[in-house]
Amino acid sequence: MSARRVCQDPPLLRWGLTLLAVGYLVLFIVLPLVTLFAGALSKGWRAYGAAIFHPDTLDAVRLTLLAAGIAVPLNALFGLAAAWAIARFEFRGKNLLITLIDLPLAVSPVVAGLIFVLVFGAHGWLGPWLADRGWQIIFAVPGIVIATLFVTVPYVARELIPLMQAQGAEEEEAALVLGAGGWRIFFRITLPNIQWSLLYGVVLCTARALGEFGAVSVVSGHIRGETNTLPLHVEILYNEYRFTAAFAVASLLSALALVTLVVKRLLEGKKEPRYKAQAAQPFGEA
Amino acid sequence: MRFKRSSILPGFWPAFAFALSYLSLLVLIPLSSVALTTASEGWGRAWRIITAPQVLASLRLSFGASLAAALINSVFGFLVAWVLARYQFPGKRLVDALVDLPFALPTAVAGITLAALYSETGWIGSVFAQAGIRVAYTPLGVLVALTFIGLPFVVRSVQPVLEDIEQEAEEAAASLGAGRGQTFRLVLFPLARPALLTGFALAFARGLGEYGSVVFISGNIPLRTEITPLLIITRLEQYDYAGAAAIALVMLAASLVLLFAINLLQWRTRRAMEAPGL
Repeated sequence: MSARRVCQDPPLLRWGLTLLAVGYLVLFIVLPLVTLFAGALSKGWRAYGAAIFHPDTLDAVRLTLLAAGIAVPLNALFGLAAAWAIARFEFRGKNLLITLIDLPLAVSPVVAGLIFVLVFGAHGWLGPWLADRGWQIIFAVPGIVIATLFVTVPYVARELIPLMQAQGAEEEEAALVLGAGGWRIFFRITLPNIQWSLLYGVVLCTARALGEFGAVSVVSGHIRGETNTLPLHVEILYNEYRFTAAFAVASLLSALALVTLVVKRLLEGKKEPRYKAQAAQPFGEA
Repeated sequence: MRFKRSSILPGFWPAFAFALSYLSLLVLIPLSSVALTTASEGWGRAWRIITAPQVLASLRLSFGASLAAALINSVFGFLVAWVLARYQFPGKRLVDALVDLPFALPTAVAGITLAALYSETGWIGSVFAQAGIRVAYTPLGVLVALTFIGLPFVVRSVQPVLEDIEQEAEEAAASLGAGRGQTFRLVLFPLARPALLTGFALAFARGLGEYGSVVFISGNIPLRTEITPLLIITRLEQYDYAGAAAIALVMLAASLVLLFAINLLQWRTRRAMEAPGL
């Protein structure tokens, strides 16, 4: 019996298991997708277009893009700074810091929204102080931006830290010895070495920022045209029994999710590997 | 011992100071408000809130349904990971990509879709209805939503481990006289077990805090289908900040315990993968 045969399952078992696995995915993933798009188009393309181009929907699109447009660059900057400090230096409490970065992923989105109400809300810590100055954060746009920031903190950092730890500091140290300054090292050595993983993290971060529901729902107040993001708009339409419009707006978000999956797949092929690259011999093999 | 080991590279202090203050302002200080707000109203009141029948019922549902969903996903997620890691079949790349959909789909979208699919007029709900089983607006609906949302965790934890196991390990087992079943039980499964546990814990943690995908299909019937995150929102709507904080504190404690467990498991998974022979 050949080695190949020994490690292969009999065809009947193989096909049985494959069918079972694919069946499970069809039931839990494909069927919901089909339901969603069927629901969106159940009253024809005109109703679909009317729901998408409704002024309330367009307002929601604008606010969603604004929140993501602020949250993603800030969290990318945070990810870069955290990865530089953690992957290039040895200091006490490093593992604790890495765990803390993951914290927003472990916290319920509702709790994520709640904490900002406790801090900035009318009866919260800073509530009276903010009210004196006429500043509103909760039930207003700043609250939505802050909640989005919170839930998307870890995505870029989580991509960069393990990668930069695996790559090691040799190349940057060599550049320093050759006389390059800090920023020059960062832009000429570090950034090119992590660019695809950075982009990958940014894509994940953006997808979450555009789709966040729970945390944003708690701080938003659901004021149409003002504090309504796309996912919240879906909820409002659904609760008003305008199912076709709800599914139409939802299909927009799902299309975005499908695009994210494709881009993610493409980037996975390009992402820098997380083991030490052979470039450790920059002058070629003698 | 000094705080930081010396290095020739520049930029530690600016990067470290920025990262730490960002994390403190955005995550740590706001999260501490949950404990401080609860404490300011007194622990006695917090205890009465947490042990109220409505809250206890929601905790039972949230923990129970998350646990059940994570178990379902452990079985089927392992199966999907196994099939994707070891078999070739047409359309495999598409199937592999679709596994991530619950990660990418906004939870509210998943919520209304599952509610429509499993309601008594929906495609799947009507089949169940003929058998006399209601899914939407019952605890079963909560289970369905949490199973959907937790699906990728086990697959994506186990799949890379199964792909990394080298054929030599299996050949060795076979040459020592092990059958396929024995090889699986004694060689392959033990290697994948830490990753399976990690995936289980991740799915469980996600289910516990999940809100958007559940509230539409659950129907939010008091004492029956209310999940704990929903009760936090109900308290907030009544401007009962301390009540909301007390319930949130329970959830936060559970999250922290799970985060710690997951980190420990991931560390063990990495160590298992770096073991010789892999």
